[in-house]
Amino acid sequence: MGFFWTIVLLIVTLGLAWRFLGSYMAAVFDGRVTFLGWLERPFYRLLGTSPDREQSWQRYAASTVVFSGVFLLMGYVLMRIQGSLPLNPQHFGGVTQSLDFNTIASFVTNTNWQNYGGETTMSYFSQIGVLTVQQFVSAAVGIAVAIAVTRGFSRRKSPTIGNFWVDITRCLLYILLPIAFVAGIIMVGQGAVQTLAGPVSIHDAMNGVSQTIPRGPAGFMGPIMQLGTNGGGFFNVDLGHPFENPTALTNFVYMWLTLSIPFALTYTFGKMVGSVRHGVALLVAMVLIFGTWVGFTAYAEHQNNPAVAAAGVHSTVGNTEGKNSYFGDTTSALFNVSMTQTSDGAVDSSTDSYNPIGGFGPLSGMMLGEVSPGGVGSGLYTILLYAVIAVFIGGLMIGRTPEYLGKKIQAREVKLAGLAALVMPITVLVLTAVAVSLHAGRAGPLNAGPHGFSEILYAFTSQGNNNGSAMAGLSGNTTFYNVLGGIDMLIGRFGILIPALALGGALAAKNVVPASLGTFRTDNGMFIGLTIGVIVIIGGLTFFPAVSLGPIVEQLSHGKFF
Amino acid sequence: MITNIRRSIVTVLAFTVLFGFLYTFAGTGVAQAFFRGQANGSLTANGSRLIGQDWSKTPCPGHLPGSCVFQGRPDNLGPYSDIGRYKGDSPVGHPGDNPLVANGVAGGSGTTNLGPRSKELLAYTKELVAYWKARGVSPTPDLVTTSASGLDPDITPQDADAEIPMVSRATGISPARLRDLVNQQTQGRPLGFLGSPFVNVLQLNEALAKLRG
Repeated sequence: MGFFWTIVLLIVTLGLAWRFLGSYMAAVFDGRVTFLGWLERPFYRLLGTSPDREQSWQRYAASTVVFSGVFLLMGYVLMRIQGSLPLNPQHFGGVTQSLDFNTIASFVTNTNWQNYGGETTMSYFSQIGVLTVQQFVSAAVGIAVAIAVTRGFSRRKSPTIGNFWVDITRCLLYILLPIAFVAGIIMVGQGAVQTLAGPVSIHDAMNGVSQTIPRGPAGFMGPIMQLGTNGGGFFNVDLGHPFENPTALTNFVYMWLTLSIPFALTYTFGKMVGSVRHGVALLVAMVLIFGTWVGFTAYAEHQNNPAVAAAGVHSTVGNTEGKNSYFGDTTSALFNVSMTQTSDGAVDSSTDSYNPIGGFGPLSGMMLGEVSPGGVGSGLYTILLYAVIAVFIGGLMIGRTPEYLGKKIQAREVKLAGLAALVMPITVLVLTAVAVSLHAGRAGPLNAGPHGFSEILYAFTSQGNNNGSAMAGLSGNTTFYNVLGGIDMLIGRFGILIPALALGGALAAKNVVPASLGTFRTDNGMFIGLTIGVIVIIGGLTFFPAVSLGPIVEQLSHGKFF
Repeated sequence: MITNIRRSIVTVLAFTVLFGFLYTFAGTGVAQAFFRGQANGSLTANGSRLIGQDWSKTPCPGHLPGSCVFQGRPDNLGPYSDIGRYKGDSPVGHPGDNPLVANGVAGGSGTTNLGPRSKELLAYTKELVAYWKARGVSPTPDLVTTSASGLDPDITPQDADAEIPMVSRATGISPARLRDLVNQQTQGRPLGFLGSPFVNVLQLNEALAKLRG
């Protein structure tokens, strides 16, 4: 029953976020929210720009890429030299080259894949000055791009799609900063640590145990990591760590933070294009996929772990391996699906120890391209790409040039959407194939048999989708995995982001065709079904052979242990 | 291009100061002013209320070690206490295959990462079942599986109930009184329905120590 009410509370609170955060975000990006204007204006002057000076999609994309590149370089340098920087109470040395590359690529692309252990590798300076900053900034970049693409649908005969510098600044100041700060106070009140003091050593006279307990400023890093669907925690085990996720309440708030912006952006989209119904159609497609995945993953995790059952222990509380007792099985599964259907990737339980179909849930959720609801911004622009493909297919069926929101979808738009839809699966499958054919790749998995293959496939799927969730048994901190993973993440981010912006630019330049009786409706149940069909068929056909070698074989091999 | 680079450098510096350092320092200020205890790690004289400990080596004269206290999840127990299995692997830089080095070794949090059809997991689970059977405990799933962090400070009330025969035998306290103690220490779900009810092992053992005088 507890799980039922958890879902009810999640629906109600996310519904409120959808309506009110959604319209607030539309107001922010339309420039109607100005209470921090005194801070904004001097900053734009310093940059030599202003909200009226808009950019073409090419310039918008160039700003995005250069900005991310400069951040990447600076982050790389700062982590390399963290040994000589302040705020390093544990005296960690610089991060090694390949690990540094992987980590900074991971944070700049909003992935937050962790090949490092937070409390054993990163100084407080790196955690604050590189990783936390990126959790704000990479999220803002994603949202800004989604808004720019949205403008492509809403504008007529426009050569521009917005100003990148203004969009990210507004997103950071008006949306991300205030929500994260308030959530940080809740987290610390519940028990999350927030201190710049180093580890503490305590001797327990009752049992004779001496402990060295790492601490740090984790309480305020958690909220922005979740709100920006980043997912890379302060500690190695991320939100499984009681210092970062101390109670079932913080666990719930973390889920809400992750899901709020991606869902709410569909309202923002509807508002900005002048048809909330279109936003609702996208929302319904997202919710149906999300709900299905929560259902079967939670069901699978509510079954006993086969190894525990074979050792003769009966379970009424599901698979408890790798799960904290204060969360429980179904809550952990709900959390895990929430993090893999967004691009968040945080974990509060060990995905590697999930039952086969329980592990298939998060893996396949990422394979669908993370559109239900997807990462902040990236979820919206990716589902719009699928929507373009869906209207194209719909148009083919009725033999008419398809339109979406009155914009004619022609060869150029379909090519861009097709390109973006193919980049991720190709990258993921090629890199997985490379890894399983080389010794350096096969040395990675901890588990034997199909589960070992799942670990490799999961790693490249997660990084290619900028998720960051892991079947963490894989030894990812090798030059091989660091470099391949870093490339995977960069392609997965910019290989979709740039075509999406190009699509936005192409659409912005078009005029609107008035709707007629023959127009294919893009705000009704038929279209929702078609969009879901496109998402599931592209993901399913591309990845089915790979998945059947991993979780599906594992599920079918009853009674066998590897 | 040059404009983009110049703007990027200015933005990087401004954002690093504002969203990295000012955000974190302001947060730390608020946390330390209003939630000092929590922000510093919920520490008691015996450890942190949020970080699990290994109770299995507690001396219990005349009985097996660890049987006169309530024990937590086996995050550092039996097969998982053997950090030697991972010797040569420094916990630094091997987060993926992080052993369950949570307590005692500075800075580790980890899980087994063993899959549901792992022979290794099966062997370890059998070992843990034997560990509990030797203490007269019929183990619940939590008592033979490790947590999401290697640091779970809690067990469920059912887990505590399963341990009552062991604790009763070693301390001479009647099962009925121990059951009362567990009930007193059981914390409900937040808002009445989130997550699972739980018992904090450190607080339970502190209360048990008081009961024994």
